[in-house]
Formats: sequence, C-alpha cells, structure tokens
Amino acid sequence: MSDTVALNPGPALAAATRAGVEPRGAKPRRALSGRNIMLYGTLAVAALYYLLPLYVMVVTSMKGMPEIRLGNIFSPPLEVTFEPWVKAWAQACTGLNCDGLSRGFWNSVRITVPSTLISILVASVNGYALANWKFKGADLFFTILIVGAFIPYQVMIYPIVIVLREMGIYGTLTGLVIVHTIFGMPILTLLFRNYFSSLPEELFKAARIDGAGFWQIYFRIMLPMSLPIFVVAMILQITGIWNDFLFGVVFTRPEYYPMTVQLNNIVNSVQGVKEYNVNMAATLLTGAVPLIVYFVSGRLFVRGIAAGAVKG
Amino acid sequence: MQNSVSIRDLSLSFGAVNVLENLNLDIGNGEFLVLLGSSGCGKSTLLNCIAGLLEPTGGQIFIKDKNVTWEEPKDRGIGMVFQSYALYPQMTVEKNLSFGLQVAKMPKPEIEKRIQRAAEILQIGPLLKRKPSELSGGQRQRVAIGRALVRDVDVFLFDEPLSNLDAKLRSELRVEIKRLHQSLKNTMIYVTHDQIEALTLADRIAIMKSGVIQQLADPNTIYNAPKNMFVAGFIGSPSMTFLRGEIVEKDGKPVFHTNGVDFSLDGYSAAEPLQAGRKVVLGVRPEHVKVNEDSAGAEAHQATVDIEEPMGADNLLWLKHAGHSMSVRVAGARRFAPGTAVRLSFDMGLASLFDAGTEERI
Repeated sequence: MSDTVALNPGPALAAATRAGVEPRGAKPRRALSGRNIMLYGTLAVAALYYLLPLYVMVVTSMKGMPEIRLGNIFSPPLEVTFEPWVKAWAQACTGLNCDGLSRGFWNSVRITVPSTLISILVASVNGYALANWKFKGADLFFTILIVGAFIPYQVMIYPIVIVLREMGIYGTLTGLVIVHTIFGMPILTLLFRNYFSSLPEELFKAARIDGAGFWQIYFRIMLPMSLPIFVVAMILQITGIWNDFLFGVVFTRPEYYPMTVQLNNIVNSVQGVKEYNVNMAATLLTGAVPLIVYFVSGRLFVRGIAAGAVKG
Repeated sequence: MQNSVSIRDLSLSFGAVNVLENLNLDIGNGEFLVLLGSSGCGKSTLLNCIAGLLEPTGGQIFIKDKNVTWEEPKDRGIGMVFQSYALYPQMTVEKNLSFGLQVAKMPKPEIEKRIQRAAEILQIGPLLKRKPSELSGGQRQRVAIGRALVRDVDVFLFDEPLSNLDAKLRSELRVEIKRLHQSLKNTMIYVTHDQIEALTLADRIAIMKSGVIQQLADPNTIYNAPKNMFVAGFIGSPSMTFLRGEIVEKDGKPVFHTNGVDFSLDGYSAAEPLQAGRKVVLGVRPEHVKVNEDSAGAEAHQATVDIEEPMGADNLLWLKHAGHSMSVRVAGARRFAPGTAVRLSFDMGLASLFDAGTEERI
C-alpha cells in the first residue's frame, strides 16, 4: 500500500484538500514570497540605475546657475525656472549663430521626414518584390544588399563625399537625405522581406488568380495587412536618423547641421561659463523626439518586431 | 468528348530536382478529375502550373483548345480554391468576392448580380457583410469557392480544399462540392491526398507518384483493377494484403503458391500467360475474402484471428494465415474472439496479380 502512495500522490493530496476547505475562487498568491522580493528588487534597482541620470538632467535643467554651484545634484530645484530651456531652444550660441537649438531642430526635421518616408517606401516595395515575385537573381540581389549592412560606415564616408561632390549636392540637405535613405535600405528591406514572407503565400496566389498586378496586390492586399511592420520601420528610421551624428557632421555645412551636431557644439563650447542647466535642457530637447515616438507607438513596435522576426 | 484542359509533355524542375517529367493529361469537358497522391508527388505543382502560378520548364498547356502556357493566371479562365482559404483578411466577404471583378473593371450591376447568384448557390447570403475572421472554417471555404464561382470560369481548380476542416464538415462540404459540380457541370480539377475524397468525387482519378501519373482511370477501375502495386497499396483502407509467392503448375492449370499454400487462380483473367516458376505478388482486398466459421472443411486456407477491430458497420479482422498477416472485413454483427480458427475462401475474380519484379499488374 505504501508503494501506491509513493507512486501516486493523488489520494494523499485529495485527503489533504478534504481536511481543509474546498478550493474556491482564484488561486491565492502570496505577495511577499522570496521569489517576488528578489524579482521586484532586481527590477527596481535596474530601473533606478537607468532613471537616475534622467532625473538629474531634468532637475538640473530647472535650476539656476547659483543653485547648481552648490553641488547638490540630486536635490530638487529650490526655485523652478524654465529659463535654461528657453535659452537652449532660442539663444544658445554655436560659433557665430546665437539662435539656439531651434535651427538644428528644423534641420533635423527636414532631414528625418523625407529620409524616413523615402526609405520606407522603397524598402517595402523591395521587400515585397523579394518575398513574392521571385525574379531571376533575386537571391543574389538580396545577399548583396545584406552584405551592405555589415560594412562599417567609416569605410564608405570618403567615397560618398566624392560621389556627392560629383553630383553637385555635397553639403546640402538633399545629399544627406539620399545618404540616409541608402543606408537604411539593407536592414529595412530585410525587415519587410521577412514580414511579407510570413504572410500566407496562398493569399498572394489568390490575388494573382483574381487578376491583380504587382501594384494592385501591393496596395490592396499587402499594405492593409502590414501596419505593424511599417510602424517598426518608421521607429527604426526616425530614431536612427534623428540620433545620427557622423553623417550629419560630414555631409552637411554648418547652416544645415542636424540637432545632434548642434547639441554637441553647444555642450562642448570652450568659451565662457559651462552652463550646465542649458546643456541639460538642450540634451533633453534633442532626445525628446525619439522618446515621444517610442511612447506613442511602443505597443505596435513590439508587435511588429515579433511578427517580422519569426520567419526568415 | 472535347477536351477542356490538355497538358502536353509538361516538365518542371526546381534546380536539379525534376518535379514533373513529360507529363501528358487530357481532361474532358465537364469532367471531375482528381489528382491523388501523397505529399511531394507533384500534384499541387501540376495544379499550380495549370493555374499559371508556376512557369513550367518545358511542355505546353491548353485550356479550351487555347494555348495558355504563357498566359497570366487571370486570362486562363480558371478559378482556384486553396487549402488555407486565402481570403483577404481586411475585406468583407462581399469585397472578397468582388475583388477580382473590380480588378477586371466589370460594371457594378453585373458584379452585384454575380455575387447574389454565388451567395444563393453557396448559401452565404447572411455572411456578406462579415470579415473572414468572423467566419467558421466551413463558411470560409464556402466563400473561397464563391470567389471562384463569381468569376464565371471554365475550369475550377481545388488545392486540397477540405484538408483544414474537421471530419464532419469535410464530409458535408464534400457532398456540396459534388452537388455544385452536378449543377454547374464545369470542369473541375481537384488535388487531394485523401482517397475517400478521390473515390467519392471523381469521374476519373489520376494517381501520382514522384511527378509521374501511375494510373488514370475511373474510381471503380482504380479500386478493382489497380495497374501496379503502388496504386493497389495507396487506394483502400486498410491496404490490400500482398502475398509474395510464385506460379506453379497443378493439374495442368497455373496456381499461386506461397508458404506451402496453393491458391487456385480460377476466375482471374490475366493479361499475360502465367508460366510456372514466375515470381508474383497476389493482392487481396479485405472485403474480397469470405470467412467461414467452421474450420472443418478440407480446404487448405485455415487461419486464426489475431486482432479484432470493430468499426460499427464493419468488423475488421487481422488474421494469421500461412505465415502472413492478412486483413479481412466482415459484417459488423459477426464477432470473433482472438484465437478463433476460421476458414477462408478467396474471390479470385476480384484479386490482383502483380509481377514481383516490375510490380506491374499481370
């Protein structure tokens, strides 16, 4: 008999249940188990680690310079002032220009918007063609494109400078937009190709039987099913291009510098007093755009990444 | 009979792999042809070639005596129904049905008329405003058939349309497809790996293996006079029992001999002379064996019941007979305990004899 119990704990368990109350309602959970303390403790420490610098920046940007000189970087501002923000946006000097970050902001907008739109449009058609219209040499084309993603940017800078110079668009916003569009192509094409490959092939076949052509299938069948992946591509491009520093500084002239380059010039200026509060405000302003994009479309982003990444 | 679809020397290879090789097939007007085979035999590939979704490496395809080998799918006069339904998820049922017609720039009243007619035939009228995600599997497949229906095509192509449905729905829709064919009288080409679907629906079945049609015949011929051992083994559930042996002479008549047991071949009409010593395979279907409970007779075919599988209407017996295992179907009311001794008699007129080397029917 003891053997049976050892092999089959069922009866023993049932007996234990009978001894107490019948199970009823949701399964009770203990909030303060050792596992939970460890888990949430670790999460809290990690969150603190990442939030602390942000906190310092926000607090500092709202202090006046005399208060900053006291050195209590963690203390909240005694007198809240938004003057550093105004100064960072409209008055901070880089070189001879003293119109703050606003110039850089608008430059960045003029760079990011067309680059993002063009690169996503072209890459989605690329990916659609590669996934569904298997033309001769498609695999070779795709391989070359992907290899492009692994070549370090620095190698290509000088050749691109020459190419842009020969085209007569070196130093212009157009040139920079073209460079961003091309550099986004490999990863975006991969993203779209994988997403379109994950859609059922029979859907594409059915559309062809129905007589739809290349563009009709793209616009009427594929596009309506692809919102998540477009959001992913948009976020990747906006954050990537907005945060870009290298291309901005190499391929444009000072009056077209994007926000990141201008931020650097403000923060790293060697003359005069270091205005920490203005620097902090300028940095927060520069980082605001990608941050807002993330918050607005974060859920779609996760969904799209999962959808595109499953099938290769 | 005028041919609806003709396939001439069709070949298709993916790289070094030949999926179809010099395939010839004529499908009559209004015929229901089933392409039957296990996965990877090339049946779906052949269907995709007819639809124009795959470009053949060689050969030509004619539909209604028109060479369509290089035509676009939409210009071939075909409609296709897929296993996964392939309904456009973002469109309502109505939009799904009208999409192809809109692409073809058909006038609106005509589109309305055709959708109404299809909805009536398939009884999907109440579903027209719904999205595919709000439909059940059976309803989705009905809509998919409707999409082929509204295009008013000469040839319907079905690519395993019932494989995603559960058993009950499958048999319901099977009947509906047959009814549809009887009322529309269109040519239909139907790909499946399910032999029941093939036997019940087809006017003719083409059994395929490695890109080659093994036998093309009506279901009755396929079942009762399979051309080779592959066809014989593929069709029928449970499979035909194969007994390996040889031909011997007995009283001046050829007799099948295996494991010390002789089978008289009286009643078997062989296409070739059966000379003694030839190695052959005797194929017997489970329902072509009679089981007699009295084991007394002088006849040599003594067997014992190994396993009994009651299936309701029938009772399936696995017997041990002369060193072979053999399946036999008897009426459901006749029950046999394992170990029971029985006596078998064979209906040679319905058996099949194959050459042991070539596996072809003799």
